[in-house]
Amino acid sequence: MTEPVIAARDVVKRFPGVLALDRVSLSLAPGEVHALVGENGAGKSTLIKILTGVYQADAGEIAYAGQPVTFARPLDAQTAGISTIYQEVNLIPLMSVARNLFLGREPRTRIGLIDTGRMNREAAEALARFNIDADVTRPLRTIGLGAQQMVALSRAVATDAKVLIMDEPTSSLEPREVETLFRVVRELSARGIAILYVSHRLDELYQLCSNVTVLRDGRVVHTGRIADLDRLTLISHMLGRDLAQVRREGVTGFTGHGDAAATEPVLVADGLTKRHVLHGISFDVKPGEVVGLGGLLGAGRSETAKAVVGALPVDSGAVTIAGKRLRRNSPKKAIRAGVAMLPEDRKAEGIIPGLSVRENIVLAALPRLTTAGVVSRARQDRIVETFMKRLRIKASSPEQRVSELSGGNQQKVLLARWLCLHPKLLLLDEPTRGIDVGAKAEVQALVDELAGEGLAVVLISSDLEELVEGADRVVVLRAGAVVGELAGDDVSEHAIMATLAAHEGEPDE
Amino acid sequence: MSELTVPGAAPGVPVKRELNSERFAGLAQRHGALAVLAVVVIAASLIWPTFSNGDNLAGIAVHSFYPVIIALGMTFVIVSGGIDLSVGSVFALGGVLAAYASQWGPVAAIGLPLAVCAVFGLVQGTIIAKTGMAPFIVTLAGLLGARGLLLAVTTEGSKTYLFPAGDGFVRLAQGKLFGISYPVYAAVLLAVLAAVLLQRTKYGQALFAVGGNEDAAALMGLPVARIKILTYTLCGLLAGLAGVLNAAWTGSGVTIIGVGDELNAIAAVVIGGTLLVGGAGGISGTVCGVLLLGVIQNVINQIGSLTSSVQSVVSGAFLVVVVVAQTYLSKARRLR
Repeated sequence: MTEPVIAARDVVKRFPGVLALDRVSLSLAPGEVHALVGENGAGKSTLIKILTGVYQADAGEIAYAGQPVTFARPLDAQTAGISTIYQEVNLIPLMSVARNLFLGREPRTRIGLIDTGRMNREAAEALARFNIDADVTRPLRTIGLGAQQMVALSRAVATDAKVLIMDEPTSSLEPREVETLFRVVRELSARGIAILYVSHRLDELYQLCSNVTVLRDGRVVHTGRIADLDRLTLISHMLGRDLAQVRREGVTGFTGHGDAAATEPVLVADGLTKRHVLHGISFDVKPGEVVGLGGLLGAGRSETAKAVVGALPVDSGAVTIAGKRLRRNSPKKAIRAGVAMLPEDRKAEGIIPGLSVRENIVLAALPRLTTAGVVSRARQDRIVETFMKRLRIKASSPEQRVSELSGGNQQKVLLARWLCLHPKLLLLDEPTRGIDVGAKAEVQALVDELAGEGLAVVLISSDLEELVEGADRVVVLRAGAVVGELAGDDVSEHAIMATLAAHEGEPDE
Repeated sequence: MSELTVPGAAPGVPVKRELNSERFAGLAQRHGALAVLAVVVIAASLIWPTFSNGDNLAGIAVHSFYPVIIALGMTFVIVSGGIDLSVGSVFALGGVLAAYASQWGPVAAIGLPLAVCAVFGLVQGTIIAKTGMAPFIVTLAGLLGARGLLLAVTTEGSKTYLFPAGDGFVRLAQGKLFGISYPVYAAVLLAVLAAVLLQRTKYGQALFAVGGNEDAAALMGLPVARIKILTYTLCGLLAGLAGVLNAAWTGSGVTIIGVGDELNAIAAVVIGGTLLVGGAGGISGTVCGVLLLGVIQNVINQIGSLTSSVQSVVSGAFLVVVVVAQTYLSKARRLR
């Protein structure tokens, strides 16, 4: 193997309270296409940001062309020859295509002004090589996403890059656009440009990459030739499950509950479709049943939940709650129909940190507690007391600020907020992420208890163990489509991973 | 550019075509102010014959030169995604300093205020760029600070400095060419320079990038902090220059002017089609915006029976109409 063009050695990066990267090493030879994979929070973005000068490593070193280097800012890395393409197109939507392409290195006339004529001409030529025929004087936002990604790519390679980092470049592209992108990537690789390719679409990795590095919890868990690694092993590396040791022991706070009675389902999702996101998702949930949504990151789990509550407008498909079809999707109507959703990001989408436990709990129920515009304090206190006791919320008093509570208790406060609306269906998106083990078990037990009382629950979790223990049935999603459904004794970590792996080989659409 | 070719007859990447309605909305957004200005001027000329006579138009021009210069700087700041509330005070400070320094000759009368006002902008810009504080708060403090400095220079505003009688600079500022005062030419020249700076220089492009998507701009390697600092410095410098020219034109450093002029400047910039959220806008629109406000004032004076307080009401109503129209046009263009 030739000398690596870029190498990270034992890189450590700490953020307050988190060890984001723990002695991570990675090296890329010229012309190599190297896959970097890992679930959310594995440290991929942090590593990329260190390689591109957005962050600096706390320990360890980056060697570029054999020399140790420190990139103090993105510009340094770019000047050295490291270009990056981000998942979301990171260009300026209101500026013209040509101006985006040449931003920071505009061609100038003799008196130092920007030579717009030359800039537009050269931009058109550059894009023509990527088979894009666009009016380069128009704002970037008026061309398609795929074309925008090509502009970003064209911009990245135009600066004589030696290393190209691509962070999920295909996540918003259509299959045809992906093909064009792949062709360009192969061409760049043939010219000796080293490419670090981050993607959750395993198909792409096997098609494009020669080597792979798997990150989990900030550590490298595997690195080597991708051809030597079958899909199942790769997935098990990503999810941190030892295949031989997949067990179904009660490590989580869930206890099994009986089969849901063959009653009318509370939720029927029928053919939920949104272009590029969801492709005909159908499933149902009966009272007292916990249905898990499984799949890798980006499989469309959260999107499915959002589509059910109407927060994600769908192109087609129907949501029926307790036999009543939700006419037009709006979260308000879904809530009125008895749907409650605990979002994934409780800080951004749920908890109001400055308010007290009481205020946070009664927020959604206020309209019911109000008589002629006056909120009844006595009724509030009654409800708050009931739920604090029932959910075992640990707070010094109902008046304590929510921001002072632990993550697990904050999650319970949110749960209480929805429960006092007496929902029929509860959607939980990663309910135990970021909370400690003890609280996790309590939240899990609570979910169990609620299902026992007849609530229908949809559980989304990246924690396979939690899914297996908690769900009566697991609907496995991949690339926005249902690829399998496991029920009863078939629900196991191995079965979920096998379902995922079996369907990795199939084309996306 | 690299010699990169894609092998094989690759299928073209679909390129979304711009709809005619989007194109029209874009045009309206960029040149709406000019169109409205033209309509108002033509209508006013037809209704009041006195409106279109040379003296009246020259009057509108001379009353617009300093607001134009202030609004130029404000355009830069707003395109960058910021706001500068200090310009009214800085404008007044520049004028007072010019009159104060005129005792040491015209070089001091121009140099001292420009230096002070540029440093004022530099400090504000540095605080905004380096600490990430909201421009609104930083420049609000600047508004109070500049006004305080002005009061300190003029012993609580009780002393009004005058340019020496027969001062060459004053005579120049009060002079006319083809019936139009010299400061008007200065404003036109500055507007042209500002337009070139915004559209045809690296700095101007970087400004649009920072205002359009600051994170992306940083990731593309643009020196975001330096661009912001330069922008607020430029804005302070232009406000100071407006003050200097106005003081020379009136022959004195009036202490009570400039109050609320920052809001007029913001109004003019927004009316001119520059998006308040940054990332889009232009100098020609801003100039039209200032002139439009000037013409509205003039028209209300033409009517005669209305008091000047009506002018604010009309200008305010106009601003609301523009902002609402901008919102709908942005939606039509699917900008956000």
